[in-house]
Amino acid sequence: MHAPAPLLPLLLEEVSFQAGGQRLIDGVTLRLEAGPPTVILGPNGAGKSLLLRLCHGLLQPSSGRVAWLGPAAQQRDTLRFGQAMVFQKPVLLRRSVLDNVIFPLKLRGMNRHARAERAQAALDRVGLAALAERPARVLSGGEQQRLALARAWALNPQILFLDEPTANLDPAATRQVEQIIKGFVRDGTKIVMTTHDLGQAKRLASDIVFLHRGRITERTPADIFFTAPRSDEAGAFLNGDLTW
Amino acid sequence: MTTISDAFLLALQMMWQGNAELLSIIGLSLRVSLTAVVIGSTIGLPLGAFLALARFPGRNAFIVLLNASMGLPPVVVGLIVYLLLSRSGPLGPLSWLFTPMGMIVAQVVLITPIVGALARQTVADLWTEYEEQLRSLGLTPLRAIATLLWDGRFSLSTAVLAGFGRAIAEVGAIIIVGGNIAGYTRTMTTAISLETSRGDLALAMALGIVLLTIAIAINTGASLLNSFTRKTQGA
Repeated sequence: MHAPAPLLPLLLEEVSFQAGGQRLIDGVTLRLEAGPPTVILGPNGAGKSLLLRLCHGLLQPSSGRVAWLGPAAQQRDTLRFGQAMVFQKPVLLRRSVLDNVIFPLKLRGMNRHARAERAQAALDRVGLAALAERPARVLSGGEQQRLALARAWALNPQILFLDEPTANLDPAATRQVEQIIKGFVRDGTKIVMTTHDLGQAKRLASDIVFLHRGRITERTPADIFFTAPRSDEAGAFLNGDLTW
Repeated sequence: MTTISDAFLLALQMMWQGNAELLSIIGLSLRVSLTAVVIGSTIGLPLGAFLALARFPGRNAFIVLLNASMGLPPVVVGLIVYLLLSRSGPLGPLSWLFTPMGMIVAQVVLITPIVGALARQTVADLWTEYEEQLRSLGLTPLRAIATLLWDGRFSLSTAVLAGFGRAIAEVGAIIIVGGNIAGYTRTMTTAISLETSRGDLALAMALGIVLLTIAIAINTGASLLNSFTRKTQGA
């Protein structure tokens, strides 16, 4: 595939998000560059999933702005198609495994032959090629998540948002998903993910964004974060003392 | 009591012998109602999906109206279609009054709101589940209509069957618009109505049995389809 014009960096400036009179994201400023994975950590209810949705454009901020600074952001199609997201609970269409991967490729105007080939390659990559003709909804939880990742991989996104991709998976399935994520990283896709699994954050993250009650308390390289976090909240979180 | 059992036996005999009048009545009923279901679904399914996804002023009022139209009284629909198709009505030049075409029109009016309202609910539920993912993949709500209709195909078949059930069983609209002309616009329901009032209970009973059988078959088919897809598709 040809290298498309870059979409990144992504800049969030003083972004707030309110719902039901509550300020769930509160004045977040964050710049995401192309490069190794960024992991968003924080207790339940800190606003991690909301932050991903604001970045991805699924939610509009109540105030502040979300801006893509790369030259490709000027073209609507690259803006829409250059990013992908995989959700905690994968949403699969009521079709075959292969058709689930082909579906978004069709939207992107890829011809029949190219999309079949691309989809097949994506399934090979996540080890689901043998299940291509199965209805997607009968797959196990781990297989469903791998299929969601294959669907995202086929799109060759510049940035991939992952919302707790292994939250409901057993250790073996978790390891498979992490392998696939590392594959994305090797291909040069920027990974931005949330997780509850500190071991996973250590294995994957290059830098950590720590979110607490809708605010970013620190952003630190991963090796420093886990040994000497700068904010009190993050320190308490790592010790298991921060309840929410 | 003897009347009932006599009529029942005679009915079985007619069915067994393939009575020509009986067969032609059943054939016309199926032809009219199936055609009406095809047309009603062709309009109702996309309409329901559009209402589930589009946002426009007056949408809520339209939905209330559509839901209310599920219970349109057949005789009133029959009367209105009669007036439209009558010689002096706006559709008079078509000469569809007292023809199977006119009956199809009346049944389409009855069925379309049923299919549309049920489809709207199904598609709205599916959209709740799919919205984030489809938007993430780059789909706008209106472009999602075809996707959601296809992915909801198993649930939507229930809406279509409900429409067919309504059409095949109703008598009020087609008796007014069709006129119950023997050999031309006489259907199972209009024949039952007429034959009962004339005292020819055997034919009425035979048609009643066929109607019940069709109703049971439809419901059995629907529930079989449902459990089959749940098992094989995980839907």
